[in-house]
Amino acid sequence: MAVIEVHGLRKRYGRHQAVDGIDLTVERGEVFGLLGPNGAGKSTTVEILEGYRPRDGGDVRVLGEDPGTAGRRWRARIGVVLQQANDSAGLTVREVVRHVAGFYPAPRDPDAVIDLCGLSDKADAKLRTLSGGQRRRVDVALGIVGDPELLFLDEPTTGFDPQARRQFWSLIRSLAAEGTTIVLTSHYLDEVEALAGRLVVLAGGRIVAEGTPATIGGRTEESTVSWRDADGTHQVSVADPTALLAGLAGRNDPQLTDLRVQRRSLEDVYLDLIGEAR
Amino acid sequence: MTTLTVPLPSTLRTGLSRGAVEIKQFFRERDAVVFTFALPSCILIMLGFIFDEPLEGYAQVHASQVFAAGMIAYGIVSTAFISIGIGISGDRDDGTLKRLRATPATAGAYLIGKVVLVAVTTLAEITLMLAVGVLLFDLQLPTDAGRWLTFGWVLALSVIACTLLGIAASSLARSARSAPAVMNLPVLALQFSSGIFVHIAALPAAMTAVSSFFPVKWMGQGFRSVFLPDALAAQEVAGQWEHGRTALVLAAWCVLGLVLCLATFRWTDRRTS
Repeated sequence: MAVIEVHGLRKRYGRHQAVDGIDLTVERGEVFGLLGPNGAGKSTTVEILEGYRPRDGGDVRVLGEDPGTAGRRWRARIGVVLQQANDSAGLTVREVVRHVAGFYPAPRDPDAVIDLCGLSDKADAKLRTLSGGQRRRVDVALGIVGDPELLFLDEPTTGFDPQARRQFWSLIRSLAAEGTTIVLTSHYLDEVEALAGRLVVLAGGRIVAEGTPATIGGRTEESTVSWRDADGTHQVSVADPTALLAGLAGRNDPQLTDLRVQRRSLEDVYLDLIGEAR
Repeated sequence: MTTLTVPLPSTLRTGLSRGAVEIKQFFRERDAVVFTFALPSCILIMLGFIFDEPLEGYAQVHASQVFAAGMIAYGIVSTAFISIGIGISGDRDDGTLKRLRATPATAGAYLIGKVVLVAVTTLAEITLMLAVGVLLFDLQLPTDAGRWLTFGWVLALSVIACTLLGIAASSLARSARSAPAVMNLPVLALQFSSGIFVHIAALPAAMTAVSSFFPVKWMGQGFRSVFLPDALAAQEVAGQWEHGRTALVLAAWCVLGLVLCLATFRWTDRRTS
Protein backbone atom coordinates (compact mmCIF):
# COMPACT_ATOMS: atom_id res chain seq x y z
CA MET A 1 0.00 0.00 0.00
CA ALA A 2 1.21 3.51 -0.81
CA VAL A 3 2.33 5.65 2.11
CA ILE A 4 0.88 8.81 0.56
CA GLU A 5 -2.02 8.96 -1.89
CA VAL A 6 -3.33 12.30 -3.09
CA HIS A 7 -6.04 12.88 -5.70
CA GLY A 8 -7.22 16.28 -6.87
CA LEU A 9 -5.86 18.23 -3.89
CA ARG A 10 -6.99 21.87 -3.82
CA LYS A 11 -6.35 24.77 -1.46
CA ARG A 12 -7.29 28.40 -1.91
CA TYR A 13 -6.23 31.43 0.14
CA GLY A 14 -8.71 34.21 -0.55
CA ARG A 15 -8.60 34.62 -4.34
CA HIS A 16 -5.28 32.85 -4.72
CA GLN A 17 -5.49 29.21 -5.75
CA ALA A 18 -2.35 27.92 -3.96
CA VAL A 19 -2.83 24.26 -4.85
CA ASP A 20 -4.81 23.55 -7.98
CA GLY A 21 -5.49 19.85 -8.38
CA ILE A 22 -2.49 17.75 -7.40
CA ASP A 23 -2.20 13.97 -7.70
CA LEU A 24 0.63 12.18 -5.92
CA THR A 25 1.58 8.69 -4.86
CA VAL A 26 4.55 7.91 -2.64
CA GLU A 27 5.45 4.28 -2.02
CA ARG A 28 6.94 2.86 1.16
CA GLY A 29 10.72 3.30 1.37
CA GLU A 30 10.92 6.01 -1.28
CA VAL A 31 12.81 9.28 -1.00
CA PHE A 32 10.39 11.57 -2.78
CA GLY A 33 11.37 15.09 -3.86
CA LEU A 34 9.02 18.04 -4.14
CA LEU A 35 10.61 20.81 -6.15
CA GLY A 36 9.35 24.23 -7.13
CA PRO A 37 9.89 27.96 -6.83
CA ASN A 38 8.57 30.04 -3.94
CA GLY A 39 4.79 30.27 -4.10
CA ALA A 40 4.46 27.10 -6.19
CA GLY A 41 2.36 25.40 -3.51
CA LYS A 42 5.07 23.12 -2.05
CA SER A 43 4.75 24.19 1.57
CA THR A 44 0.96 24.27 1.43
CA THR A 45 0.91 20.75 -0.02
CA VAL A 46 3.34 19.43 2.58
CA GLU A 47 1.53 21.13 5.44
CA ILE A 48 -1.74 19.54 4.36
CA LEU A 49 -0.02 16.13 4.28
CA GLU A 50 1.45 16.78 7.76
CA GLY A 51 -1.99 17.62 9.14
CA TYR A 52 -1.19 21.29 9.80
CA ARG A 53 -3.66 22.73 7.31
CA PRO A 54 -7.17 21.89 6.20
CA ARG A 55 -7.74 21.42 2.45
CA ASP A 56 -10.55 22.69 0.28
CA GLY A 57 -10.92 19.62 -1.90
CA GLY A 58 -9.47 16.29 -2.98
CA ASP A 59 -8.74 12.95 -1.37
CA VAL A 60 -5.66 12.65 0.83
CA ARG A 61 -4.45 9.47 2.51
CA VAL A 62 -1.25 9.49 4.52
CA LEU A 63 -0.36 6.15 6.16
CA GLY A 64 -3.93 5.14 5.36
CA GLU A 65 -5.57 8.04 7.20
CA ASP A 66 -6.91 11.48 6.39
CA PRO A 67 -4.37 13.93 7.90
CA GLY A 68 -7.18 16.42 8.52
CA THR A 69 -8.81 14.13 11.07
CA ALA A 70 -6.03 11.70 12.08
CA GLY A 71 -5.25 11.44 15.77
CA ARG A 72 -2.30 10.99 18.12
CA ARG A 73 -1.66 7.41 17.05
CA TRP A 74 -1.12 8.62 13.49
CA ARG A 75 1.11 11.50 14.59
CA ALA A 76 3.29 8.97 16.40
CA ARG A 77 4.03 7.40 12.99
CA ILE A 78 5.14 10.57 11.19
CA GLY A 79 8.12 12.83 11.75
CA VAL A 80 8.24 16.48 10.76
CA VAL A 81 11.37 18.58 10.37
CA LEU A 82 10.20 22.17 10.37
CA GLN A 83 11.52 24.76 7.96
CA GLN A 84 12.61 27.11 10.71
CA ALA A 85 12.45 26.72 14.45
CA ASN A 86 14.36 28.37 17.25
CA ASP A 87 12.48 26.97 20.22
CA SER A 88 13.97 25.43 23.36
CA ALA A 89 17.02 27.71 23.15
CA GLY A 90 17.76 27.27 26.86
CA LEU A 91 17.78 23.45 26.79
CA THR A 92 20.69 21.22 25.90
CA VAL A 93 20.60 18.91 22.90
CA ARG A 94 20.29 15.85 25.14
CA GLU A 95 17.51 17.40 27.24
CA VAL A 96 15.36 18.36 24.29
CA VAL A 97 15.84 15.07 22.40
CA ARG A 98 14.97 13.07 25.55
CA HIS A 99 11.98 15.29 26.24
CA VAL A 100 10.51 14.88 22.76
CA ALA A 101 11.26 11.13 22.78
CA GLY A 102 8.91 10.92 25.77
CA PHE A 103 5.94 11.92 23.60
CA TYR A 104 6.15 8.70 21.58
CA PRO A 105 5.06 5.17 22.39
CA ALA A 106 8.21 3.49 21.03
CA PRO A 107 10.93 6.07 20.49
CA ARG A 108 14.49 5.47 19.34
CA ASP A 109 17.21 5.70 21.97
CA PRO A 110 17.84 9.46 22.34
CA ASP A 111 21.60 9.09 22.69
CA ALA A 112 21.75 6.89 19.59
CA VAL A 113 19.78 9.53 17.66
CA ILE A 114 22.13 12.28 18.85
CA ASP A 115 25.02 10.14 17.69
CA LEU A 116 23.36 9.38 14.34
CA CYS A 117 22.87 13.10 13.72
CA GLY A 118 26.51 13.81 14.46
CA LEU A 119 25.79 15.78 17.62
CA SER A 120 27.61 13.67 20.21
CA ASP A 121 30.15 16.43 20.82
CA LYS A 122 27.36 18.92 21.36
CA ALA A 123 25.02 16.75 23.44
CA ASP A 124 25.41 18.93 26.53
CA ALA A 125 25.48 22.27 24.69
CA LYS A 126 22.49 24.58 24.91
CA LEU A 127 20.63 24.99 21.63
CA ARG A 128 21.25 28.73 21.56
CA THR A 129 25.01 28.12 21.30
CA LEU A 130 24.78 25.91 18.19
CA SER A 131 25.62 26.95 14.64
CA GLY A 132 22.87 27.02 12.00
CA GLY A 133 23.84 23.61 10.64
CA GLN A 134 24.04 22.02 14.09
CA ARG A 135 20.64 23.50 14.97
CA ARG A 136 19.14 21.95 11.81
CA ARG A 137 20.57 18.58 12.83
CA VAL A 138 18.81 18.94 16.17
CA ASP A 139 15.58 19.52 14.23
CA VAL A 140 16.24 16.32 12.29
CA ALA A 141 17.02 14.47 15.54
CA LEU A 142 13.66 15.63 16.95
CA GLY A 143 11.94 14.61 13.71
CA ILE A 144 13.26 11.04 13.84
CA VAL A 145 13.44 10.31 17.58
CA GLY A 146 9.86 9.00 17.53
CA ASP A 147 11.02 6.39 14.98
CA PRO A 148 8.62 7.52 12.24
CA GLU A 149 7.63 5.48 9.22
CA LEU A 150 7.32 8.69 7.22
CA LEU A 151 9.57 11.73 7.56
CA PHE A 152 8.85 15.18 6.11
CA LEU A 153 11.91 17.36 5.47
CA ASP A 154 11.18 20.95 4.50
CA GLU A 155 14.19 22.79 3.03
CA PRO A 156 16.49 20.85 5.37
CA THR A 157 19.90 22.23 4.41
CA THR A 158 19.22 25.94 3.98
CA GLY A 159 22.20 27.77 5.47
CA PHE A 160 24.53 24.76 5.58
CA ASP A 161 28.14 24.91 4.51
CA PRO A 162 29.10 22.37 1.82
CA GLN A 163 30.64 19.90 4.26
CA ALA A 164 27.61 20.02 6.56
CA ARG A 165 25.35 19.40 3.57
CA ARG A 166 27.33 16.27 2.61
CA GLN A 167 27.10 14.97 6.18
CA PHE A 168 23.40 15.71 6.21
CA TRP A 169 22.87 13.88 2.93
CA SER A 170 24.55 10.77 4.25
CA LEU A 171 22.31 10.93 7.33
CA ILE A 172 19.22 11.06 5.09
CA ARG A 173 20.56 8.17 2.99
CA SER A 174 21.10 6.05 6.07
CA LEU A 175 17.55 6.74 7.24
CA ALA A 176 16.23 5.80 3.82
CA ALA A 177 18.33 2.62 3.91
CA GLU A 178 16.60 1.70 7.18
CA GLY A 179 13.27 1.86 5.36
CA THR A 180 11.99 5.30 6.39
CA THR A 181 9.88 6.92 3.67
CA ILE A 182 11.06 10.49 3.15
CA VAL A 183 9.33 13.46 1.56
CA LEU A 184 11.85 16.18 0.81
CA THR A 185 11.17 19.72 -0.35
CA SER A 186 14.11 21.78 -1.48
CA HIS A 187 15.24 24.74 -3.51
CA TYR A 188 18.54 22.99 -4.14
CA LEU A 189 18.47 20.92 -7.30
CA ASP A 190 21.71 19.09 -6.53
CA GLU A 191 20.19 18.04 -3.21
CA VAL A 192 17.11 16.54 -4.84
CA GLU A 193 19.31 14.92 -7.51
CA ALA A 194 21.56 13.41 -4.82
CA LEU A 195 18.80 12.12 -2.56
CA ALA A 196 15.48 11.63 -4.30
CA GLY A 197 14.55 8.47 -6.15
CA ARG A 198 11.58 10.20 -7.69
CA LEU A 199 10.39 13.79 -7.80
CA VAL A 200 7.67 16.13 -8.98
CA VAL A 201 8.09 19.74 -10.01
CA LEU A 202 5.35 22.10 -8.86
CA ALA A 203 4.58 25.47 -10.40
CA GLY A 204 1.49 27.61 -9.96
CA GLY A 205 -0.13 25.00 -7.73
CA ARG A 206 0.08 22.22 -10.34
CA ILE A 207 2.48 19.39 -11.07
CA VAL A 208 4.35 20.30 -14.26
CA ALA A 209 6.62 17.26 -14.38
CA GLU A 210 7.10 13.94 -12.65
CA GLY A 211 9.88 11.39 -12.92
CA THR A 212 13.27 10.36 -11.63
CA PRO A 213 16.11 12.87 -11.36
CA ALA A 214 17.68 11.20 -14.42
CA THR A 215 14.65 11.30 -16.68
CA ILE A 216 12.47 14.21 -15.55
CA GLY A 217 11.36 16.73 -18.14
CA GLY A 218 12.85 14.72 -21.00
CA ARG A 219 16.40 14.93 -19.69
CA THR A 220 17.32 11.81 -21.62
CA GLU A 221 15.71 12.94 -24.87
CA GLU A 222 18.57 15.13 -25.95
CA SER A 223 22.29 15.22 -25.28
CA THR A 224 24.77 17.96 -25.94
CA VAL A 225 28.04 16.90 -27.55
CA SER A 226 30.83 19.42 -27.47
CA TRP A 227 34.44 19.23 -28.62
CA ARG A 228 37.33 21.31 -29.85
CA ASP A 229 39.46 20.86 -32.96
CA ALA A 230 41.54 22.95 -35.37
CA ASP A 231 38.40 24.92 -36.37
CA GLY A 232 37.57 25.93 -32.80
CA THR A 233 34.83 24.88 -30.37
CA HIS A 234 31.72 22.96 -31.48
CA GLN A 235 28.48 22.16 -29.73
CA VAL A 236 25.69 19.98 -31.12
CA SER A 237 22.45 18.83 -29.51
CA VAL A 238 21.21 15.45 -30.71
CA ALA A 239 18.73 12.82 -29.60
CA ASP A 240 21.16 9.94 -30.11
CA PRO A 241 24.81 10.94 -29.91
CA THR A 242 26.27 7.55 -30.93
CA ALA A 243 26.39 8.26 -34.71
CA LEU A 244 28.01 11.65 -34.10
CA LEU A 245 30.54 10.14 -31.71
CA ALA A 246 31.37 7.37 -34.17
CA GLY A 247 31.88 10.02 -36.84
CA LEU A 248 34.19 12.05 -34.62
CA ALA A 249 36.18 8.98 -33.68
CA GLY A 250 36.48 7.99 -37.34
CA ARG A 251 38.15 11.28 -38.22
CA ASN A 252 41.34 10.23 -36.45
CA ASP A 253 41.97 13.92 -35.79
CA PRO A 254 44.91 14.35 -33.38
CA GLN A 255 43.74 17.89 -32.59
CA LEU A 256 40.32 16.73 -31.39
CA THR A 257 40.08 17.43 -27.65
CA ASP A 258 37.71 18.33 -24.79
CA LEU A 259 35.10 15.90 -26.10
CA ARG A 260 32.07 15.87 -23.82
CA VAL A 261 28.66 14.23 -23.94
CA GLN A 262 26.23 15.76 -21.49
CA ARG A 263 22.60 15.45 -20.72
CA ARG A 264 20.89 18.72 -20.00
CA SER A 265 21.47 19.62 -16.39
CA LEU A 266 18.60 19.23 -13.96
CA GLU A 267 18.79 22.95 -13.49
CA ASP A 268 18.19 23.65 -17.20
CA VAL A 269 15.25 21.26 -17.23
CA TYR A 270 13.84 22.76 -14.07
CA LEU A 271 14.09 26.34 -15.29
CA ASP A 272 12.35 25.34 -18.53
CA LEU A 273 9.60 23.61 -16.63
CA ILE A 274 8.81 26.41 -14.23
CA GLY A 275 9.28 28.96 -17.02
CA GLU A 276 6.63 27.25 -19.17
CA ALA A 277 4.19 27.23 -16.31
CA ARG A 278 4.48 30.95 -15.74
CA MET B 1 8.77 1.09 13.49
CA THR B 2 6.10 1.64 16.08
CA THR B 3 4.05 -1.27 17.24
CA LEU B 4 0.35 -0.52 17.30
CA THR B 5 -0.11 -2.24 20.63
CA VAL B 6 2.28 -0.01 22.60
CA PRO B 7 0.13 2.56 24.45
CA LEU B 8 0.72 6.26 23.85
CA PRO B 9 2.17 8.16 26.83
CA SER B 10 -0.67 9.72 28.84
CA THR B 11 -1.47 13.42 28.64
CA LEU B 12 -0.69 13.77 32.34
CA ARG B 13 2.75 12.17 32.00
CA THR B 14 3.63 14.23 28.95
CA GLY B 15 2.23 17.30 30.70
CA LEU B 16 4.47 16.81 33.74
CA SER B 17 7.44 16.33 31.45
CA ARG B 18 6.47 19.61 29.73
CA GLY B 19 6.28 21.23 33.16
CA ALA B 20 9.82 20.13 34.04
CA VAL B 21 11.11 21.55 30.75
CA GLU B 22 9.15 24.80 31.19
CA ILE B 23 10.63 25.32 34.66
CA LYS B 24 14.15 24.55 33.45
CA GLN B 25 13.81 27.03 30.61
CA PHE B 26 12.24 29.69 32.82
CA PHE B 27 14.97 29.64 35.43
CA ARG B 28 17.70 29.60 32.79
CA GLU B 29 16.41 32.90 31.36
CA ARG B 30 18.02 35.10 33.98
CA ASP B 31 16.45 38.34 32.73
CA ALA B 32 12.97 36.86 32.85
CA VAL B 33 13.53 35.47 36.32
CA VAL B 34 14.85 38.75 37.68
CA PHE B 35 12.19 40.94 36.14
CA THR B 36 9.18 38.71 36.64
CA PHE B 37 10.02 38.16 40.28
CA ALA B 38 11.51 41.51 41.14
CA LEU B 39 8.94 43.88 39.67
CA PRO B 40 6.04 43.32 42.10
CA SER B 41 8.37 43.28 45.12
CA CYS B 42 10.16 46.35 43.80
CA ILE B 43 6.90 48.29 43.44
CA LEU B 44 5.87 47.10 46.90
CA ILE B 45 9.11 48.42 48.41
CA MET B 46 8.66 51.79 46.66
CA LEU B 47 5.02 52.26 47.68
CA GLY B 48 5.70 50.89 51.15
CA PHE B 49 8.39 53.43 51.90
CA ILE B 50 6.47 56.32 50.30
CA PHE B 51 3.24 55.62 52.23
CA ASP B 52 4.68 54.61 55.57
CA GLU B 53 2.39 56.58 57.89
CA PRO B 54 -0.19 54.93 60.20
CA LEU B 55 -3.67 54.77 58.69
CA GLU B 56 -6.03 57.46 59.92
CA GLY B 57 -8.18 55.97 62.65
CA TYR B 58 -6.19 52.71 62.75
CA ALA B 59 -3.08 53.63 64.71
CA GLN B 60 -1.72 50.06 64.80
CA VAL B 61 -1.81 49.58 61.00
CA HIS B 62 0.51 51.28 58.49
CA ALA B 63 -0.44 52.03 54.89
CA SER B 64 2.57 49.98 53.82
CA GLN B 65 0.99 46.87 55.34
CA VAL B 66 -2.21 47.46 53.34
CA PHE B 67 -0.10 47.60 50.18
CA ALA B 68 1.89 44.52 51.18
CA ALA B 69 -1.30 42.49 51.56
CA GLY B 70 -3.08 43.72 48.43
CA MET B 71 0.04 43.57 46.28
CA ILE B 72 0.02 39.76 46.43
CA ALA B 73 -2.75 40.08 43.83
CA TYR B 74 -0.28 41.87 41.54
CA GLY B 75 2.28 39.15 42.14
CA ILE B 76 -0.20 36.51 40.97
CA VAL B 77 -1.28 38.56 37.96
CA SER B 78 2.41 38.89 37.07
CA THR B 79 3.38 35.20 37.28
CA ALA B 80 0.07 33.73 36.10
CA PHE B 81 -1.50 36.16 33.65
CA ILE B 82 1.43 38.16 32.21
CA SER B 83 4.07 35.41 32.14
CA ILE B 84 1.72 32.87 30.62
CA GLY B 85 0.40 35.27 28.00
CA ILE B 86 3.88 36.29 26.94
CA GLY B 87 5.16 32.70 27.21
CA ILE B 88 2.50 31.20 24.94
CA SER B 89 2.89 34.01 22.48
CA GLY B 90 6.62 33.23 22.39
CA ASP B 91 5.92 29.51 21.93
CA ARG B 92 3.81 30.35 18.87
CA ASP B 93 6.55 32.55 17.51
CA ASP B 94 9.60 30.32 17.97
CA GLY B 95 8.06 27.06 16.73
CA THR B 96 7.51 25.32 20.09
CA LEU B 97 3.78 24.90 19.46
CA LYS B 98 4.21 23.98 15.82
CA ARG B 99 6.69 21.27 16.77
CA LEU B 100 4.44 19.89 19.51
CA ARG B 101 1.49 19.79 17.18
CA ALA B 102 3.30 17.43 14.81
CA THR B 103 3.92 15.00 17.70
CA PRO B 104 1.46 12.87 19.67
CA ALA B 105 1.63 15.42 22.54
CA THR B 106 -1.80 16.97 23.17
CA ALA B 107 -2.84 20.58 23.77
CA GLY B 108 -3.82 19.39 27.24
CA ALA B 109 -0.26 18.22 27.94
CA TYR B 110 1.09 21.59 26.82
CA LEU B 111 -1.32 23.42 29.11
CA ILE B 112 -0.52 21.13 32.06
CA GLY B 113 3.11 22.14 31.53
CA LYS B 114 2.11 25.79 31.76
CA VAL B 115 0.06 25.13 34.92
CA VAL B 116 3.07 23.45 36.56
CA LEU B 117 5.21 26.45 35.63
CA VAL B 118 2.62 28.87 37.03
CA ALA B 119 2.31 26.89 40.25
CA VAL B 120 6.06 26.93 40.89
CA THR B 121 6.67 30.56 39.90
CA THR B 122 3.61 31.85 41.77
CA LEU B 123 4.60 30.11 44.99
CA ALA B 124 8.10 31.53 44.67
CA GLU B 125 6.70 34.99 43.96
CA ILE B 126 4.33 34.99 46.93
CA THR B 127 7.06 33.73 49.22
CA LEU B 128 9.28 36.59 48.11
CA MET B 129 6.53 39.19 48.53
CA LEU B 130 5.54 37.94 51.96
CA ALA B 131 9.19 38.00 52.99
CA VAL B 132 9.44 41.64 51.88
CA GLY B 133 6.16 42.47 53.67
CA VAL B 134 7.16 40.77 56.91
CA LEU B 135 10.79 41.92 57.02
CA LEU B 136 10.40 45.52 55.84
CA PHE B 137 6.87 46.48 56.78
CA ASP B 138 6.03 44.32 59.83
CA LEU B 139 3.24 42.51 58.00
CA GLN B 140 1.75 40.00 60.47
CA LEU B 141 1.33 36.45 59.17
CA PRO B 142 -1.99 35.06 60.41
CA THR B 143 -1.86 32.49 63.20
CA ASP B 144 -5.37 31.06 62.99
CA ALA B 145 -6.33 28.32 60.54
CA GLY B 146 -9.41 30.17 59.29
CA ARG B 147 -7.35 32.95 57.75
CA TRP B 148 -5.00 30.48 56.07
CA LEU B 149 -8.05 28.70 54.68
CA THR B 150 -9.20 32.02 53.19
CA PHE B 151 -5.67 32.50 51.83
CA GLY B 152 -5.87 29.05 50.24
CA TRP B 153 -9.10 29.53 48.33
CA VAL B 154 -8.41 33.12 47.30
CA LEU B 155 -5.01 31.99 46.02
CA ALA B 156 -6.43 28.97 44.18
CA LEU B 157 -9.25 30.88 42.47
CA SER B 158 -6.92 33.79 41.62
CA VAL B 159 -4.28 31.56 40.05
CA ILE B 160 -6.80 29.54 38.05
CA ALA B 161 -8.61 32.63 36.76
CA CYS B 162 -5.39 34.48 35.89
CA THR B 163 -3.82 31.48 34.15
CA LEU B 164 -6.89 30.77 32.03
CA LEU B 165 -7.28 34.44 31.13
CA GLY B 166 -3.56 34.61 30.33
CA ILE B 167 -3.89 31.66 27.94
CA ALA B 168 -6.88 33.33 26.29
CA ALA B 169 -5.17 36.73 26.13
CA SER B 170 -2.10 35.24 24.41
CA SER B 171 -4.23 35.01 21.27
CA LEU B 172 -4.79 38.78 21.31
CA ALA B 173 -1.11 39.49 20.69
CA ARG B 174 -0.27 39.28 17.01
CA SER B 175 3.33 38.35 17.71
CA ALA B 176 5.73 37.62 20.54
CA ARG B 177 7.19 41.07 20.21
CA SER B 178 3.89 42.84 20.83
CA ALA B 179 2.84 40.48 23.62
CA PRO B 180 4.40 42.32 26.61
CA ALA B 181 2.68 45.57 25.63
CA VAL B 182 -0.65 43.88 24.96
CA MET B 183 -0.55 42.04 28.28
CA ASN B 184 0.69 44.88 30.45
CA LEU B 185 -1.70 47.68 29.52
CA PRO B 186 -4.89 46.15 30.96
CA VAL B 187 -2.93 44.83 33.93
CA LEU B 188 -1.52 48.22 34.93
CA ALA B 189 -4.88 49.93 34.44
CA LEU B 190 -6.50 47.38 36.74
CA GLN B 191 -3.79 47.66 39.42
CA PHE B 192 -4.60 51.35 39.81
CA SER B 193 -8.38 51.16 39.44
CA SER B 194 -8.68 48.12 41.71
CA GLY B 195 -6.87 49.67 44.64
CA ILE B 196 -3.64 47.70 44.46
CA PHE B 197 -1.17 50.52 43.68
CA VAL B 198 -3.44 53.06 45.43
CA HIS B 199 -5.32 52.77 48.70
CA ILE B 200 -8.80 51.58 47.70
CA ALA B 201 -10.57 54.05 50.01
CA ALA B 202 -8.98 56.89 48.04
CA LEU B 203 -10.50 55.86 44.68
CA PRO B 204 -13.55 57.56 43.11
CA ALA B 205 -16.72 55.47 43.37
CA ALA B 206 -17.17 55.33 39.60
CA MET B 207 -13.71 53.75 39.20
CA THR B 208 -14.28 51.02 41.76
CA ALA B 209 -17.72 50.41 40.27
CA VAL B 210 -16.02 49.54 36.95
CA SER B 211 -13.12 47.61 38.46
CA SER B 212 -15.57 45.53 40.52
CA PHE B 213 -16.40 43.67 37.32
CA PHE B 214 -12.78 42.46 37.04
CA PRO B 215 -10.96 39.93 39.20
CA VAL B 216 -8.05 42.06 40.48
CA LYS B 217 -10.20 44.13 42.86
CA TRP B 218 -11.53 40.96 44.50
CA MET B 219 -8.12 39.32 44.67
CA GLY B 220 -6.69 42.35 46.49
CA GLN B 221 -9.65 42.49 48.84
CA GLY B 222 -9.36 38.79 49.56
CA PHE B 223 -5.67 39.00 50.46
CA ARG B 224 -6.21 42.09 52.61
CA SER B 225 -8.83 40.12 54.54
CA VAL B 226 -6.18 37.49 55.27
CA PHE B 227 -3.36 39.74 56.47
CA LEU B 228 -5.08 42.82 57.97
CA PRO B 229 -7.10 43.18 61.20
CA ASP B 230 -10.86 42.81 60.67
CA ALA B 231 -11.38 46.46 61.65
CA LEU B 232 -9.82 47.38 58.29
CA ALA B 233 -12.82 45.90 56.45
CA ALA B 234 -14.49 49.28 56.97
CA GLN B 235 -11.99 50.72 54.44
CA GLU B 236 -13.30 48.48 51.65
CA VAL B 237 -15.88 49.69 49.13
CA ALA B 238 -18.72 47.78 50.80
CA GLY B 239 -17.38 48.28 54.32
CA GLN B 240 -16.85 44.54 54.78
CA TRP B 241 -14.60 41.73 53.44
CA GLU B 242 -17.39 40.19 51.30
CA HIS B 243 -15.90 36.69 51.16
CA GLY B 244 -19.00 35.24 49.51
CA ARG B 245 -19.01 37.75 46.70
CA THR B 246 -15.22 37.46 46.24
CA ALA B 247 -15.54 33.71 45.77
CA LEU B 248 -18.44 34.17 43.39
CA VAL B 249 -16.76 36.77 41.18
CA LEU B 250 -13.45 34.88 41.02
CA ALA B 251 -15.22 31.60 40.26
CA ALA B 252 -17.19 33.32 37.50
CA TRP B 253 -13.91 34.55 35.99
CA CYS B 254 -12.52 31.00 36.13
CA VAL B 255 -15.49 29.78 34.10
CA LEU B 256 -15.30 32.68 31.68
CA GLY B 257 -11.54 32.16 31.35
CA LEU B 258 -12.05 28.48 30.54
CA VAL B 259 -14.66 29.31 27.90
CA LEU B 260 -12.41 31.97 26.34
CA CYS B 261 -9.49 29.55 26.39
CA LEU B 262 -11.38 26.83 24.58
CA ALA B 263 -12.77 29.31 22.08
CA THR B 264 -9.53 31.12 21.26
CA PHE B 265 -6.57 28.76 21.76
CA ARG B 266 -4.54 28.52 18.57
CA TRP B 267 -1.53 26.36 17.87
CA THR B 268 -0.02 28.90 15.50
CA ASP B 269 0.12 32.67 15.27
CA ARG B 270 -2.23 34.66 13.10
CA ARG B 271 0.26 35.34 10.37
CA THR B 272 0.87 31.70 9.51
CA SER B 273 -2.60 30.24 9.96
